[in-house]
Amino acid sequence: MKTLILRTASNYLLPILLLFSIFILLRGHYLPGGGFVGGLIASIAFVLHAFANGLKDTKKLLKFHPGFLMPVGLAISFLSGALPVLVFDEPFMTGLWMHDAIPVLGKLGTALFFDIGVYIVVQGVTLTIIFTISESA
Amino acid sequence: MTQQLLLYPLLFQLFLSILLMFFWTKIETQKVISIVGSCIAVFLSALLFYEVWNFGTQTVQAANWEAPYGITFVADTLSATLVLLTSIAGLAVSLYSSASVIPARLRFGYFSIYHFLLLGLTGAFLTGDIFNLYVWFEIIIISSFVLITLGGEKAQIEGAVKYFTLNILASIIFLTAIAVLYGLAGSLNMADLAVLVPQLENRRLVEVAAILFLVGFGIKSAVFPLYFWLPASYHTPPSAVAAIFGGLLTKVGVYALIRIFSLIFLKDVFLDEILMVIAVLTLFSGAIGSLVQRNVRKAFSYLIICHIGFMIGGLAMFTKVALTGMVFYLIHDIMVKTNLFMISGLIYRIKGTNNMKYLGDLYDKFPKLSFLMFIPFLSLIGVPPFSGFWPKISLILATLEQKNYILLGAIIFGSLLTLIIIARLWSEVFWKKGEELPVRKHFLYYQKMTNLKKVQFIAPIIMLTGVSLYIGFGAEHIQQLSSRIASELFDNTSYIEAVMPQNK
Amino acid sequence: MEFLLAIITGLLYAAGLYMMLRRSLVKLIIGLIIISNGANLLIFLLGRITKGHPPIIPKGSEVFTEIYADPVPQALILTAIVISFGLQSFAIILIKRAYQAVKTDDLDEMNTIEEDIR
Repeated sequence: MKTLILRTASNYLLPILLLFSIFILLRGHYLPGGGFVGGLIASIAFVLHAFANGLKDTKKLLKFHPGFLMPVGLAISFLSGALPVLVFDEPFMTGLWMHDAIPVLGKLGTALFFDIGVYIVVQGVTLTIIFTISESA
Repeated sequence: MTQQLLLYPLLFQLFLSILLMFFWTKIETQKVISIVGSCIAVFLSALLFYEVWNFGTQTVQAANWEAPYGITFVADTLSATLVLLTSIAGLAVSLYSSASVIPARLRFGYFSIYHFLLLGLTGAFLTGDIFNLYVWFEIIIISSFVLITLGGEKAQIEGAVKYFTLNILASIIFLTAIAVLYGLAGSLNMADLAVLVPQLENRRLVEVAAILFLVGFGIKSAVFPLYFWLPASYHTPPSAVAAIFGGLLTKVGVYALIRIFSLIFLKDVFLDEILMVIAVLTLFSGAIGSLVQRNVRKAFSYLIICHIGFMIGGLAMFTKVALTGMVFYLIHDIMVKTNLFMISGLIYRIKGTNNMKYLGDLYDKFPKLSFLMFIPFLSLIGVPPFSGFWPKISLILATLEQKNYILLGAIIFGSLLTLIIIARLWSEVFWKKGEELPVRKHFLYYQKMTNLKKVQFIAPIIMLTGVSLYIGFGAEHIQQLSSRIASELFDNTSYIEAVMPQNK
Repeated sequence: MEFLLAIITGLLYAAGLYMMLRRSLVKLIIGLIIISNGANLLIFLLGRITKGHPPIIPKGSEVFTEIYADPVPQALILTAIVISFGLQSFAIILIKRAYQAVKTDDLDEMNTIEEDIR
């Protein structure tokens, strides 16, 4: 699979796909999209890179084991879900929203952080699975 | 007291497993976190139990969405009791696994997955939404798959394939049942379903849904024709894992059956008869299966199946007395079965085998330990002052009330065979003159352990034995608790009102 | 549409069960995947299919005025798909390990009676 065309294309596709995945992640609140799909797209970006350049290069690019993304993402999701329980004595996962909208991003709420957590976890899980399968194959 | 206390045992287990993931490579730190965390979890569950006992059923509407629309978490007395028992068994097994599971296994995130399993169990007991129950079941089976395969020995993998296939099939059947029920009633909230399902006109399809639930949960709780995965897999993982599986995983299936058939699908002659037949056959097949086993842990695996029959029988009779007996038996069984598998692990560590043929003279060499192991055996058989005796009184009284002599016979047969099996095990493992076994290299015998490790091995067994003794000698309290749970199960209006107060 | 979906659901269940009853491990996993797809389709079917009416309240009104598609089955299916994604990837790794350990993918030969494991 190490053709020149794919290798060259994947170098440009990687940042574009990552940007697109973040776009999908942020779009998710009112429109189709969200953390799960965004995470899948982001991991597709890395998988494509691994296809074109080999697993070693992708690992070098990532710099850390993708499994580390799992606890980080879970912790972010957990905190955004448990914040209302711990601080305001509201039920788990109650949405907390800022009063004023921030320009460009819009209103910020715990739902966004929950989705960011999901995004990271999905990336971590998918990459770990695919790396493990292709390593031991 | 805060309103959200109900969620604390749940959130705390999740917090623990995430925290443990950050210490992926540091095994010693993980052990400390797991043990200390489990102590805190016991405290939180005890707090929840206290709250429920004094102030009645607690509910939380997740994310503040009101009852039939959002996901509800409910802690009635049954749920709170089971959550408390889960955390106690969790503490014991956490302590036990810190000594008994070899580091090669611990390195692959054993404790983190273990707390995910406890999270799934706690969630399954607390949820009030049928699809959410499915999700908790999936969390339980995914983490149990990892625990059962961790280490990757040949026998383990073979056991895991069977365990895996039948459990996934069970969840698919459960999912199908949810689909049928949702198509019929248009709701997923259990309390809402309890109101809606009796009003439905398409009784045939309701019965189909009920049978699908019965099959799905039946596989998980290992009842008569569906139990074959259990003895094929439970003797393969490390004994700490087998302890938590044997104590709690099948009981979650029983809990789900209790919930579904006491809340949603109410009295129905057809269903009651099916449950009755299943109970009798489960009692017979489990007891006879156990009788022919030569491996200690396989014998215990069949005993799990046999004793599921007591609970299904209690559910089938569905009178207040029978339900009291069933709940009491459930409480007693969780503690004793967890303890039994830890004992089998201890025997394995002392002699290096679990095969009754080679075992022997444990009583001669370790009289104190043998005495310690004797007490859970007595509770299991149900010798009068010990814990297994009291629920059987209620169950037998209920069969006499209903003049159901077949079930009565099966219950007596099951208890008698349990006695024979344990007596044989006692004479083979403890009294018989044993063979000198070749000393295995690279195997940590109990005799060679440091004192701290010995304490870690023995303390959880002593702890659970103590709880069993309390259940036996303080039977008055447990009976009170069980009869309160039974009356809550018998009359589901209090559950419905707690979830949907507007429905009064 | 409902009729067609009902037949497809039935076919998926039948095919899945048939595959699960084969002796090969790979076919077993394929059967599990097919049967769980059948379950997802069944949820979709029993949640009542409503064409062309997304569950979005039109601008200016507070409640639904027209008939609308029930969003719950889709949420359920999505959850079930995500769960089965995890289970299936685990299953594939498991059968690979099983093949390495037992050197066969015939289920009949996975019955070595072993006595001594922790």
